[in-house]
Amino acid sequence: MKRLAVLLLALFALGNAAGAADGPNANFHLEEFARLPVVFNGRHQPIDSLAANALVQIRERRRANLEPWKSWWEKPRMASATEWFATLTMRPDEADTWPTFRINHPDLISLLKLPQKDEAHGQDGKHYSWNQIEPGFKEVEDQARRVLEKKPDAAQRDSFDQSVLKLRNALTLYLRLKNTVIPSNTTNLLADVEKFRAVASSFATRRNDPEQRQAIVGQIFNWDMLESFDTPLIIPPTEANLTREGWTRVAASVVALSLGDNATAIFRTLGDIRKFQGQPGADGAPLMASLRQRFNELLDTAMPPKPVPASLQAYVTMAEAFRRGDSVTFNSTLAGYRQQLASNPAVAGDLTKTAREVFYNHLAPFYNTMPIYVTAFLLGCFYWFNFNQTARKLAFWLIAAGFVMHTVGLIFRMWLEGRPPVTNLYSSAIFIGWGSVGLGLLLEKFWRNAIGLVVGSSLGFVTLVIAHNLALDGDTLVMLQAVLDTNIWLATHVVIVTLGYASTYVAGFLAMLYVVRGVFTRGLDEATGRSLTRMTYGIVCFATLFSFIGTVLGGIWADQSWGRFWGWDPKENGALIIVLWNALILHARWGGLVRERGLMNLTIAGNIVTSWSWFGTNMLGIGLHSYGFMSGAFLWLGGFILSQLVLIALGSLPPRYWRSLKDRPAAPVKPGNPPPKAGGKPRPAVA
Amino acid sequence: MDRFFPVKRLLAPLTSLKLTVTLLALGIAVVFFGTLAQTEDGLYVAQARYFRSWFSTWSPHAEGWKWIIVPLPGGYLLGTTLLANLLAAHAVRFKFGWKKSGILLTHIGVIVLLVGQLGTDMFARESRMSFAEGEWRNYTEDFHKTELAILSDATGSDLEDVVVIPESTLADGGEVRHAKLPFTLRIRSYAENASIRARGPMVDTNTPAASTAGVGARAVMEPSPPTRAMDKRNLPTTVVEVVDPAGTSLGTWLFGFVLNPQMVTVGGKEFRFTLRSTRYYEHFSVKLIKTTHEVYRGTDTPKNFQSRVQIDNPGSGEKREVDIYMNNPLRYGWLTFFQHQMGRDDIDANRGTSVLQVVKNPSWLAPYLGTIVVGLGLLVQFLIHLVGFLRKPRA
Repeated sequence: MKRLAVLLLALFALGNAAGAADGPNANFHLEEFARLPVVFNGRHQPIDSLAANALVQIRERRRANLEPWKSWWEKPRMASATEWFATLTMRPDEADTWPTFRINHPDLISLLKLPQKDEAHGQDGKHYSWNQIEPGFKEVEDQARRVLEKKPDAAQRDSFDQSVLKLRNALTLYLRLKNTVIPSNTTNLLADVEKFRAVASSFATRRNDPEQRQAIVGQIFNWDMLESFDTPLIIPPTEANLTREGWTRVAASVVALSLGDNATAIFRTLGDIRKFQGQPGADGAPLMASLRQRFNELLDTAMPPKPVPASLQAYVTMAEAFRRGDSVTFNSTLAGYRQQLASNPAVAGDLTKTAREVFYNHLAPFYNTMPIYVTAFLLGCFYWFNFNQTARKLAFWLIAAGFVMHTVGLIFRMWLEGRPPVTNLYSSAIFIGWGSVGLGLLLEKFWRNAIGLVVGSSLGFVTLVIAHNLALDGDTLVMLQAVLDTNIWLATHVVIVTLGYASTYVAGFLAMLYVVRGVFTRGLDEATGRSLTRMTYGIVCFATLFSFIGTVLGGIWADQSWGRFWGWDPKENGALIIVLWNALILHARWGGLVRERGLMNLTIAGNIVTSWSWFGTNMLGIGLHSYGFMSGAFLWLGGFILSQLVLIALGSLPPRYWRSLKDRPAAPVKPGNPPPKAGGKPRPAVA
Repeated sequence: MDRFFPVKRLLAPLTSLKLTVTLLALGIAVVFFGTLAQTEDGLYVAQARYFRSWFSTWSPHAEGWKWIIVPLPGGYLLGTTLLANLLAAHAVRFKFGWKKSGILLTHIGVIVLLVGQLGTDMFARESRMSFAEGEWRNYTEDFHKTELAILSDATGSDLEDVVVIPESTLADGGEVRHAKLPFTLRIRSYAENASIRARGPMVDTNTPAASTAGVGARAVMEPSPPTRAMDKRNLPTTVVEVVDPAGTSLGTWLFGFVLNPQMVTVGGKEFRFTLRSTRYYEHFSVKLIKTTHEVYRGTDTPKNFQSRVQIDNPGSGEKREVDIYMNNPLRYGWLTFFQHQMGRDDIDANRGTSVLQVVKNPSWLAPYLGTIVVGLGLLVQFLIHLVGFLRKPRA
């Protein structure tokens, strides 16, 4: 049996490995290039992650299809995220013709006068290039400004508004990345750097000469323009600041040749001056004077400039070689640069970390677990039709293998981040899935009736799909805000409360199974019904324990951070509702207010309560836990809640409508597990 | 027959599990609607309305749906009823046994949590201490409450004589007299939130000046609805008439939260009037020494906010420096100082400012205690069930 499972897994792996890269850039060592460390959004990461996360935001995929109008059997040319990034940064004119921007809203497509679907002319009606969108930039900008001004609250925005903002963000991100190595406004970067060095060198000798001062200020303004593109930080730490925090952008690394680590500070001061300048009365204000004074003080620290850093030299050489199509020079420069990095003490940690992260990206543990869970789910259902033990055991081993993969992925993420497993919404989905699959396997170990398998695999699959969609927002390993920067509370409160979510869902799915099998099939015999009831009841107890402890630990964290145990924040309230709901189920059961079917209906409602807490509260857009409004998710949440209400309605049908119950003699008087509480005159069951 | 029988009969309705289930369901409804209401009313208002109350109602804000009115019990009503239900159940119905020990513990913990939350609601006080680097503070300021302070020594030192009129008195209107004040105040108006602007020569020909004397003579005051945003405070204003001992009116003055202190001369003596956040003075002072505001490299995402402060307590002779940062508050006396906001001085770009949230909560230990007890109780009960379950044969 295990052998069969292994065989199936090997098949999955094969399907995944197919489609290795080839194409015009095959000679460039792009997989080496992908491993170079950079810093983006405050996170030290490989180019591989930077490129893939950016492409996901622009194109909703981790690879670029350059011929999206072709069907897959016509073998459209695909580019890896790194190939796209290399082209964007080093051959921008070519990248500008690639259809990498995905636009979903038809009104936006027609507003920008973009071509409709037309395979003969290479248009798929969804993906467009920078060059195609360019005539409409002003329109996008105007629309985006309108949305941001008139509808500051994300909840007011309709799908068109959101699509405008999404495109605007994609264009901005594209522009940020495009200027990473060679800024678009320069023809010869190294010559510009030399010019700065010349100016800085004469300023350093004649600081009191107003003309020299004027010249260097002009230079700094120019480089600040480039810095303000907010590009990734690709220049590794130099002597100016030889620590892990010493990474800079190209612009700052140039200014740092003369100003050292003050380059970043002078740009920041310049940014403050710019921000303040627009306001009325800013000119004579004391704040302005003190900002200018600070700028001049920083400028006075200028030293005779150092030579151009080797890293910048290497990047420029690589860019030129890539542009010419000269893979030999590119590859040798890349290898040389990697050696340089290896000898830089401030980068050593980043190098190993990025190598690890690239491995993790290619492993794609969660993505690859999905088909395993689906197959196992189908096998589990198949078992109920003919009680084929082979199917059940195969499903068990497949899920076990999927669970191992899932766990490996989780541990890898923890290792990469140096954090407990749940740090954001994305990882909460992963973790809920993991917990559910684990619980499902446990249930199966005790009952051996495929129920745990079906519930575990379906929840595992659904949460992984949710996670996959959440990952479309970009990087899933983002740095944490200061307030979340505490591993103790992330490890206790967040993990436990998330396990509470997972167990409430497991109970809810068990109850769904009860209703579906009972109403639509004859499969819910008395024994199955009883075991489902006991499972559900046990898991509800488990859920009560975890959601309660998790919620209260959250309160203690809040007390530690903000000085109040309970602040009635939407997310706190959501968690409280889960606790109250689970407590309600248990008390209703103990009081004999509900029996088997009533218990099931209440537990299905637990799915609604948990989903509200997990996603609904984030959609309110208020409070400390809100992560922004997600309109797509809103529809899905609505749909899910509706489906649960339908199931509850079905579950409330009198037994004569249940295919499994209609022929059964009247409901047994014997109370379920556990018996009604003391004081217990037998009460009429509500269910 | 049990000699407590009559008492038990009386308590019977209070002990039922049906009541528990009903209360839990109502609790869910209150929390749910109280959360929804936050989108429109703001956290502070919604909290007071739904959770710190005995009764409330919820209505949707959307046009056309306002006729829907959901009556709800308030948090206090639910909390006390739940408490009564729990206590009555244990007094009458519950029989102690090892099998129930977990439930008993859980319920004791829930009682501690409920009572603790009530205590927090009644006794806790949140205020803020805001200062720039190098400044001393020996008081904290309430974020919501306002007071009209009258300082008899116009020099502006912190040692002067202060008479303070709380917001509630201002809102009530009428006359205010104080032994230390040689005049009577007639409160002419009080607005919880208002905007003040200069009176325009052309536009305001029909709008009267806010007052007859002081800044208000050249200004217009327009009341606005109370703010709902969590991080904004109301900007109250009041118009006060000053009447000297002889009964002659000296005119009316406009005092506003956004206005500078104003001088009023009565009987040759100057008094400084200012409408400000309610202050709570402490017996020690705190000096902001240095602020640290770190962001992740190349971003604006905050990585660390940190204030280094010095505590100076003349009473105990204590004088020490301490760092306050996220997740690392300072507990001193009955107060806890949390890093709240950080900024830059309005005048000097190189001088950092910091706002500390200061909480005084005598029952801050209750939730810790309650959590431990409930956690223990649930764990015990869960284990009892688990052991029982593992021993039973399965289908």
